[in-house]
Amino acid sequence: MDCLTGQLNSGMKHVQSVTKEGSVMKKIILPVILGMASLGVSAGASSAATLDDVKAKGFVQCGVSQGLPGFSNTNDAGDWTGIDVDVCRAVAAAVFGDASAVKYTPLSAKERFTALQSGEVDVLSRNTTWTMSRDTSLGLNFAGVNYYDGQGFMVRNSLGVTSALQLDGASVCTNTGTTTELNVADYFRGNNMNYEVVAFEKADEVVQAYDSGRCDVYTTDASGLYAQRLKLTNPGEHSVLPEIISKEPLGPVVRHGDDQWFDIVKWSLNAMINAEEMGVTSANVDEMRNGSNPGVKRLLGTEGAFGEAIGLSNDWAYNIIKSVGNYGEIFDANVGPDTPLGISRGVNDLWSNGGLQYAPPVR
Amino acid sequence: MSDTALSYVRSEMVGESAPPASTVGLVGWMRKNLFSSWINTALTLFAIYLVWIIVPPIVNFVIIDATWVADDREGCLAGGGGACWAYVEAKFGQFIYGRYPVEERWRVDIVFVIMAIGTITLAIPTLPYKKWNSIFMLVIFPIMAFFLLVGGYFGLPHIETPLWGGLLVTLVVAITGIVVSLPLGVLFALGRRSDMPIVRLISVIFIEFWRGVPLITVLFMASVMLPLFLPEGVTFDKLMRVLIGVALFSAAYMAEVVRGGLQAIPKGQYEGSQALGLPYWKTMGLIILPQALKLVIPGIVNTFIGLFKDTTLVLIVGLFDLLGAIQLSFTDPKWSTPMTSHTGYVFAAIGFFIFCFSMSRYSIYMENRLHTGHKR
Repeated sequence: MDCLTGQLNSGMKHVQSVTKEGSVMKKIILPVILGMASLGVSAGASSAATLDDVKAKGFVQCGVSQGLPGFSNTNDAGDWTGIDVDVCRAVAAAVFGDASAVKYTPLSAKERFTALQSGEVDVLSRNTTWTMSRDTSLGLNFAGVNYYDGQGFMVRNSLGVTSALQLDGASVCTNTGTTTELNVADYFRGNNMNYEVVAFEKADEVVQAYDSGRCDVYTTDASGLYAQRLKLTNPGEHSVLPEIISKEPLGPVVRHGDDQWFDIVKWSLNAMINAEEMGVTSANVDEMRNGSNPGVKRLLGTEGAFGEAIGLSNDWAYNIIKSVGNYGEIFDANVGPDTPLGISRGVNDLWSNGGLQYAPPVR
Repeated sequence: MSDTALSYVRSEMVGESAPPASTVGLVGWMRKNLFSSWINTALTLFAIYLVWIIVPPIVNFVIIDATWVADDREGCLAGGGGACWAYVEAKFGQFIYGRYPVEERWRVDIVFVIMAIGTITLAIPTLPYKKWNSIFMLVIFPIMAFFLLVGGYFGLPHIETPLWGGLLVTLVVAITGIVVSLPLGVLFALGRRSDMPIVRLISVIFIEFWRGVPLITVLFMASVMLPLFLPEGVTFDKLMRVLIGVALFSAAYMAEVVRGGLQAIPKGQYEGSQALGLPYWKTMGLIILPQALKLVIPGIVNTFIGLFKDTTLVLIVGLFDLLGAIQLSFTDPKWSTPMTSHTGYVFAAIGFFIFCFSMSRYSIYMENRLHTGHKR
């Protein structure tokens, strides 16, 4: 996922090589920085209640990427849009009832965790993979998963390949120095297949090499494949194979030590997923609110006091659905089949439809 | 028969005949300059070949096959496969102003216009009121620009710097860097050549420190490390961090350029000015610096141009300068096509070329104007 953002840093080669957790730079730098963080900042950070700070300043400061199609990018009007951005807007809607009460901080892959640690942002919604080391030793909490990503393969339709297991002997285009390369090596070796790596520094170079026929297969995170496909001469002649060879659950992140704020971000995301499951959309939320379904009434705050339990008003979820939409709506609006990206729901469908999106109930 | 009948003496001069056709006109010029020997002929043919393979594709891409009007990527894809100028048109506001609110952009326009008029009138030597113009541009204009751009006073809404972007950020960073680095650089250059040990030590440490670290590291430290050392809740404007970093960084380079000029001034000039009884600052201000700075105009402008282009590095601290804004716009799926990034980079190249080339030409003009003592 992050290798896409890397192309923004094209001026700086070494910046790019750091974009995934496998790289050397990060291994050295992050512990150093975070060591300093724990010395200098943690005392202040853990004592402050983020919700009070956010309410006092009147907006949510949200860390996003420096541009990733469909996740966080600016539109023609210059506003941030995307599935990650909508998580920020949902949190703002829950707290203030106003989805526009967000200020965005575009962060590079390197900056993102220190920005969160130091309190520069309240929530980090920046296509960040949930891993154990980040969740534990970095002092972060992942509030959920708003997109299940994973590394995939794209091939020309003319090859007639329908499964990654048919790729024996293929030449594979990828980025250098990311876990992508290592995952490919593991996958091909594990399945006793031969392959040849054609690696490039920048994502744009990889796309052009693939487009010009230097290699048979292009591999990166699946969401990235869809975004890069738009840059091919004939996007329709290429397809993404069904195999996903790595787990990249992407989700919003908050600091350790403020459980109330953690709950707010977590349940803002859960509310959107629950709303889709119950069929509540931004269009019918007013009508559903006064309906008879007790689950919907609990979610939308006409029954019980679930909002108060997390320090918000009881119509917190109503505000989210009304102004941002349910999970299916934000997926379709930003990355879904009707957008240029054209990503199908796949594993991001609701559990009831065979996907992985599953939110605990509101009760 | 007399001798006169046998000998023939012309009574008037023969008119000059035209030079051989092969040495005049276009043919002659080409023979002299392009085909004077087999080696030059080969080089000429090679150059023509290079032009032939490079220029037509560029012209095709930029003009002939380009799509000028389209609503989204589909329109550009349906075009001839050339540049997608419709995308530049759709994103033009962001390239210039970043995310500066649309209804407040007039404030940026005013600053741009005043800056253009002030700079141009200052740059043309024959125009009067240089002194007042300089005072206006160096003192009043920065204050005015600050209040106009930042706002928060006189009923203007406050616009935070994270919303700034595009050409606005490029110019703010570059011009602040240029205006601050020249005087600071002169001071450090003088300090490094000073007889006072503490002043010299401080200057040497300053210059060597900033020259010893890459700009990218300075910016990165400012954006990643600084927040960790500041107390919780104290934030330091990102743009301000960058401005300070860039200004100090270029001041160190400027100091070394100026020091080169100071070293080129013969000792006699210093001694002559001391013999006249001029104190240090007058010696420097009246005798040494005017000569030294004139000598190093190419070096100074070189540093300015380098600084202007280095502004693109602010992307790593999350500020979107002209190039950053263009690269950010590549990620909008609405316009994502094979041509989008090429088009954006062509636009960026044109933008940067205009500014850098103007600076370069103006420096040549100033050099010629000030070429009094060393003219060859």
